[in-house]
Amino acid sequence: MHDEYSYLSGSAFFSDIIPGGAHWSLTIKRNHVLRLIDIEGGANVGMLFYNPANPLERYNAPDTLKCQHTFKLTRGHCLYSDMGRIFCSIVGDSCGWHDTVGGTSNKALVKKRWGERNYQQYRNDWYLNGYDSFLVELAKYGLGRKDLAANLNWFSKIATDDAGNLHFATGNSKAGDYVDLRFEMDTLVIFNTCPHPMNPANEYPKKPLRYELFHAAARAADDYCEHACHENERGFINNALHHQCSNGGL
Amino acid sequence: MIVTSQLQPTDAVFREVIPAGDYWMHVVKKNQVLRILDLEGNQAADTLFYAAHDPGERYSAMDTIREQGNVYLSAGTKLLSNEGNVMLDIVADTCGRHDTLGGACATESNTVRYALDKKCMHACRDSWMLAVAENEQFGMSKRDITHNINFFMNVPVTPDGGLTFADGISDAGKYVELKAMMDVIVLISNCPQLNNPCNAYNPTPIEVLIWD
Repeated sequence: MHDEYSYLSGSAFFSDIIPGGAHWSLTIKRNHVLRLIDIEGGANVGMLFYNPANPLERYNAPDTLKCQHTFKLTRGHCLYSDMGRIFCSIVGDSCGWHDTVGGTSNKALVKKRWGERNYQQYRNDWYLNGYDSFLVELAKYGLGRKDLAANLNWFSKIATDDAGNLHFATGNSKAGDYVDLRFEMDTLVIFNTCPHPMNPANEYPKKPLRYELFHAAARAADDYCEHACHENERGFINNALHHQCSNGGL
Repeated sequence: MIVTSQLQPTDAVFREVIPAGDYWMHVVKKNQVLRILDLEGNQAADTLFYAAHDPGERYSAMDTIREQGNVYLSAGTKLLSNEGNVMLDIVADTCGRHDTLGGACATESNTVRYALDKKCMHACRDSWMLAVAENEQFGMSKRDITHNINFFMNVPVTPDGGLTFADGISDAGKYVELKAMMDVIVLISNCPQLNNPCNAYNPTPIEVLIWD
């Protein structure tokens, strides 16, 4: 067992709750930890990352998976931009498997799976979808559908069989499960709590998320994520150059 | 699934050989059939598709694999857009399966995957950057470069969540054929990668053919 929470410096300086089926965004500076907590179990958090100084640099799921030879995401994995840099590293995880290939729900999928709930009739109990939720948050920063990429789905597990068939694993995340992301560069974080598009639940799942922010402890010489593979060591070198020569900008 | 084609190369209305390291950007009209032919075997054709009338609508790897319930592409696969529309159908395939999880090589990601000093070796994304720069009529930029298909590439996913780059299952003369269900812009980078054993460190030409 690793030295639990040694990557944190002090207690959370901010804590908030996002209800199920909603969206939000924030910029997180490097050397901070974002903790996501699945309050009730069965949550899904769709998430995308951008470099606020140059939003053409964005989270790249294929680069992330192939350089770490993984299909699932858990502690020790780093989340890469398309520019060979690390937005954040997964420093803690009580869940064990997070998805980044299932994509996000859209209006037609939600209507087909769970029906339609408009705002006029249901007010904030309406059914939002992941695609539109991403677009609303992206538009706040001048970004749009062309800036969308394959997203993360925290707390959701999609596994394959030997033939490559995809299955949604029910019960992957329990009440209180968390994942801790240590940001390695300044990052625009776009997220929503809409259900995973493969969730087989009969009713539209509205699972709330608690998120907390911490200062990160200085990275130790034997940092688990940095040394999880040689690829990550090189990713951290790319980040160091970014910080030293470019002041975190272009 | 192995499905062979009845189409004859002599009837094709368009044929072009694409050397490794080059791009090909071309409009394929609705109901036309596009064949991508692996001339010498185990080559990777890194391919993107856009709706010709609105390039903001483009191939979506994640929607495609989720809706078919399988991570591999082959005959019978419907290639979906980010807006849920069918862009092309894979109507023939003599290779068996194709990857859409591995993405494309880029000079920056090569530094992570292989070595920092590989940064100036030619990569697919540089071919795409040149393609969008030389084809201003499409109004595209780096924003439009999304997650692609790697035709002829073998990237097995394991049930315990691993992902590997395995020896190719393609061979000289194997091909995949796609029928366009809308007018599409096809953007191919014939992969120049010299560091990946999946092409035996030897990138080779492909050929594209189109039938009406």
